[in-house]
Amino acid sequence: MSTTETGCSSTEPEVTGGLGYAETELTLGLPGAGGSRPSETDRKRGFAEAVGLNLEAASRGEHCGARSSDSSDGPVSGAVKPSAAKAQVVGWPPVRSFRRNALRSCTYVKVAVDGAPYLRKVDLEAHGGYEQLLAALEEMFSCFTVRHYPDERRLVDPVNGTEYVPTYEDKDGDWMLVGDVPWKMFVASCKRLRLMKSSDAINLATRMPQECSNK
Amino acid sequence: MVRGFGWAAAFPDEVWEHVFSFLAADADRNAVALVCRAWHRIERRSRRRVFVGNCYAVAPAAAVRRFPEVRAAAIKGKPHFADFNLVPTDWGGGAEAWVEAMAEGWPHLEELRLKRMVVSDDCLELIARSFKNFGVLSLVSCDGFSTAGLAAIAANCRNLRELDLHENEVEDNCLNWISHFPESFTSLVSLNIACLEGDVNTSVLECLISRCPNLRTLRLNHAMPLEKLVSLLQRAPQLMDLGTSKFSADHHPELFFKLESTFAGFKHLKSLSGIWEAGPAYLPAIYSVCESLTSLNLCYATIQSPELFKLVSRCKNLQRLWVMDLIEDNGLIAVAASCKLLQELRVFPSDPYGVAPPISLTEHGLVAISAGCLMLHSVLYFCRQMTNAALLTIANNRPNLTCFRLCIIEPHTPDYISQEPLDAGFSAIVESCKDLRRLSLSGLLTDRVFKSIGASANRLEMLSVAFAGDSDAGLHYILSGCKNLRKLEIRDCPFGDKALLDNASKLETMRSLWMSSCSVTLGACRQLALKMPRLNVEVIDERRGRPLESWPDDFPVEKLYIYRTVAGPRSDTPPCVWTV
Repeated sequence: MSTTETGCSSTEPEVTGGLGYAETELTLGLPGAGGSRPSETDRKRGFAEAVGLNLEAASRGEHCGARSSDSSDGPVSGAVKPSAAKAQVVGWPPVRSFRRNALRSCTYVKVAVDGAPYLRKVDLEAHGGYEQLLAALEEMFSCFTVRHYPDERRLVDPVNGTEYVPTYEDKDGDWMLVGDVPWKMFVASCKRLRLMKSSDAINLATRMPQECSNK
Repeated sequence: MVRGFGWAAAFPDEVWEHVFSFLAADADRNAVALVCRAWHRIERRSRRRVFVGNCYAVAPAAAVRRFPEVRAAAIKGKPHFADFNLVPTDWGGGAEAWVEAMAEGWPHLEELRLKRMVVSDDCLELIARSFKNFGVLSLVSCDGFSTAGLAAIAANCRNLRELDLHENEVEDNCLNWISHFPESFTSLVSLNIACLEGDVNTSVLECLISRCPNLRTLRLNHAMPLEKLVSLLQRAPQLMDLGTSKFSADHHPELFFKLESTFAGFKHLKSLSGIWEAGPAYLPAIYSVCESLTSLNLCYATIQSPELFKLVSRCKNLQRLWVMDLIEDNGLIAVAASCKLLQELRVFPSDPYGVAPPISLTEHGLVAISAGCLMLHSVLYFCRQMTNAALLTIANNRPNLTCFRLCIIEPHTPDYISQEPLDAGFSAIVESCKDLRRLSLSGLLTDRVFKSIGASANRLEMLSVAFAGDSDAGLHYILSGCKNLRKLEIRDCPFGDKALLDNASKLETMRSLWMSSCSVTLGACRQLALKMPRLNVEVIDERRGRPLESWPDDFPVEKLYIYRTVAGPRSDTPPCVWTV
């Protein structure tokens, strides 16, 4: 977490206003706080607005597809770049790691696996995109391997061949398939994850147009 | 030295022991131990508390051997800058060596406090099994353990009074660890689990609280919903120190009423913290306890200014206030008017990495506090602008400051009005505040400020420097002055070999020196290590794989950690650390 703070988001084109992608972000208000994630205060203060914005953004899903390439941030912990020229300095300002983590702790979500008695937690923000998240889940529940389908990914228990589909509960309480919405939107709206047996997942919420799925 | 005062022998040892028991300070006990052999022997057998500021300064076995009757130990591990990710995660600070030695030599140990150490579950299990009368476990900024380790503590420490987990990274793999406290367990006085991320079983916790009548401190983690918090708190109206969980929920008048009456039932509450994610709807429920609070910690509460202001200005007896910069200058001006007993203020940044803050927190807030709060002695302040004039005013207002830590968020920021460096301002602080023990600098600073610090900061024990100074002279001023300096930590300053070598012997009078991204070469480190055998000179470099011996003298050292030790080079250095 530490040394990756420097510079890994340096190629990101976003930040201050005007960019279409920024509009689908949940950040409001703070110019220049665009970085890899909305700032803590935005998330806290703008909670009510965030839900509303989510709906709005969902209908503009096509826009984000074009910009999905910049969603693959490294595991950045709060390295919001104030301007394109400035690199984030490691360990400055001297805010304790615990504090930084605590203020963004709302991105930790529980992961449940159908049939397993234990829960794990994963920090969505620590991953740059769906690939990394799935890799992390694979590691966490090490019995699984990832199987790639043309339009989605599934986790497979090699022992009995059962397929699990990663699903999540969003802020509205609906269960959705992981991978349907742009990564940032997913991070912001996901309340918890559930690896559902694919036989049970048939009736899940319909998926978004394909342009929105990220790498 | 006179050999064995005759009159000393006239009193039995127990008399001297009793006399020595009035000496609380380690420094005094150390002095006593040097008087004569008899006193050395008596003192060491009667010392009950040991503080080890650097876990590598002495071998655990040696410490345990010297003081066989210790009941309370406090040990610190990693350098302070580990808090800001400057120290590699595998650097060291493991607790095993100490816990094993203590398990062997101090079976009657009752209290253990560890800070910035790597504590494994095995360590926790060993602690749980080894000390029959174990009462206090405090882990601050530690990592390496999980809730399974905590379960072992809960299950085995029958007389546990205090479990204090402060800002640790704890893996959550044992969801019901709290249920490991046996039904017969009733001795809890203080429980701080604020740093745990997982859900805690509320009904189990309620049972625990109900059967521990001496419970005075309870700090919960943010996971517990507000409704459950209320029913829990109703079991513990005797609390003096409360850390709440999440303080927001959909607004239900009934819940608000219950919360309000629960707080009204706290007749002894002095300290309040937590209040995570506080929504304005529920804050007024706290108002009834405000007047009796002496300590209020809102540093994780993203409450906006009007509500924040309303809350804090009711706390007329506040001595300690930790808050986010969301309080803004206006809020601090109100605090200065209402909280006349304030001694310690910490203002944390709500958005440390943003660039155009909408937060109106400037030097004016701090100046107002310094003028209105006559008992203020400890300050931690994050802001984005400062002037020499403001610092001068603060220095003149508050010569009683003992701790002054100012962090101007952007490095090299000058006085924003005059565009001058902030040398004059910080000089005024050290010249006026004669009892200053801790100082953190920031902003644009030249060597001049170090000259003042070296000359005037006679009581200074800890100094933190970043992005400051012009040349080696800066470091030289510090090391050749500051008589009482114990800890010095420096990053990104143009300080190099000469100052270090010219002041080598100073380093043995200090606990430790950290330098990173400065201008020190490997050659100087080698010379220093040769000259000073009782220093460990650790060069930390995460980039290269080749061993230290093969690098030339002019190789620039990225990170350097020097500390005095009687234990010699440590044996647990990871690949990125070399003891020169």
